[in-house]
Amino acid sequence: MEDMSQYPTELSGPDVPMVRFMNVTKRYGALTVLDSLHLDVSEGEMVTVIGPSGSGKTTVLRMLMTLETINGGVIYLDGKPLTHMEKNGVLVPADAKYLRRARSSIGMCFQHFNLFPHMTALQNCMEGPVQVLGLPKAEARERSEELLSMVGMTDKKDQHPSRLSGGQQQRVAIARALAMRPKVMLFDEVTSALDPEVIGEVTGVIRKLVAEHNLTMLMVTHQMGFARDISDRVCFFFDGKIEEQGAPESLFGNPQCERTQQFLSAVKAAD
Amino acid sequence: MFDWRWDFAFEILPRLLQATLNTLAAAGIGYGIAVVLGLVFALAQRTPSRFVTLVVRECVEFIRSTPLVLQIFFVFFVAPQFGIRLSPWVAGMIAIGLHYSAYLSEVYRGGIEAVPKGQWEACTALNLSTTKTYFRVIIPQALPPSLAGMGNYLVGIFKDTPMLSVIGVAELMQAANAIGGANYRYLEPYTMVGIIFLAISLPAAGLIKVFEAWVHKKLGMN
Repeated sequence: MEDMSQYPTELSGPDVPMVRFMNVTKRYGALTVLDSLHLDVSEGEMVTVIGPSGSGKTTVLRMLMTLETINGGVIYLDGKPLTHMEKNGVLVPADAKYLRRARSSIGMCFQHFNLFPHMTALQNCMEGPVQVLGLPKAEARERSEELLSMVGMTDKKDQHPSRLSGGQQQRVAIARALAMRPKVMLFDEVTSALDPEVIGEVTGVIRKLVAEHNLTMLMVTHQMGFARDISDRVCFFFDGKIEEQGAPESLFGNPQCERTQQFLSAVKAAD
Repeated sequence: MFDWRWDFAFEILPRLLQATLNTLAAAGIGYGIAVVLGLVFALAQRTPSRFVTLVVRECVEFIRSTPLVLQIFFVFFVAPQFGIRLSPWVAGMIAIGLHYSAYLSEVYRGGIEAVPKGQWEACTALNLSTTKTYFRVIIPQALPPSLAGMGNYLVGIFKDTPMLSVIGVAELMQAANAIGGANYRYLEPYTMVGIIFLAISLPAAGLIKVFEAWVHKKLGMN
């Protein structure tokens, strides 16, 4: 058993990060997907995670969204434990009720959009605000319409997802996540399932978010050019560990580790 | 040739039609019980408690593996020994409703399992409660693929209502038996019962198909 007394029940001090992974380990059976991960994301920061498939990068986002449990360590959100809760001065694994409250300031967009197929674009966006936040319908509608216009989907707001292209569905999914007013947004390979010609629609929306909002964002992507343009920091994952991280100019322009160099040149060769 | 008597057929027709209403009521009430209870059984098998899951799972298996007519007898004749006295109608509705709820719970279970994992994850990401996840997202999507199976069992329960005659529920079969016994003529009543069943089952199956298409369209899932 891990000694939980090494983890503070709350982070304090002048620079408490928005997200902190402290010693986080994730295993599937005998396979260790993430090994003692340390990662801080500051408020308003855009951090991109890159790396070969199977390196654990998507798992990072899924753990933060509480879609996966963790096998070791603690994740903190805004200074408070997310995966654990305090009991008699020590951290114990969070129960379902605690998790629900703790994750309320996180939003996530998925590779396959995961829009609700039986609802229109607008209804998809209103669902969370009405059913979770308890907003009056009129207010939720106004908020959703504003966001749908921000992602350029106003004219399709009454369409069901089956009538929308992948790029359009992903833009609705972004609006749906933003309608919950999250502090942290997670983008999990949001362009990987898209046709090349519509990738720009989605990256354009994310660019706009970075430029105009002070959201904390964590993104997993294979679009290296895009990652280089908009990230504050890029983390290269290899074999369940952060092999190298830094500002995009230095990581892409002058990678230090051999594995980073190999990965980047392989990606460049494929482009 | 058959010794078919039209005058006798017309004479017993009103009584058979009257009994048809009872048959329809029995099928409707029984199905109503099965639709709701089946959902309860399906959801109960998905609770985090493994004990509840196991108990419900075994009950469903037990009900599906024993004959309906035995269950009808059991509820009607054995319940009084535990101090519960039930009228034929109440006992019949409990037995047939329970029996079909076991089948419907399997239909729902299949429908729920067919909903992609990503839908559950989207619900978590939007922080929907478990109840709202089920009733607003999962069940509406589990329903359309379940409709065909639900329709089959609606016709099935209708055709099984004659079994209620064994405990004296005044439905179509019981009326035909009574008419036959009183007049020593069985050809007309039984033939007419068959025609009445056919006349209801066939259009019902067609209507269910139309309803299915309508629901798919309504939910934008075509």
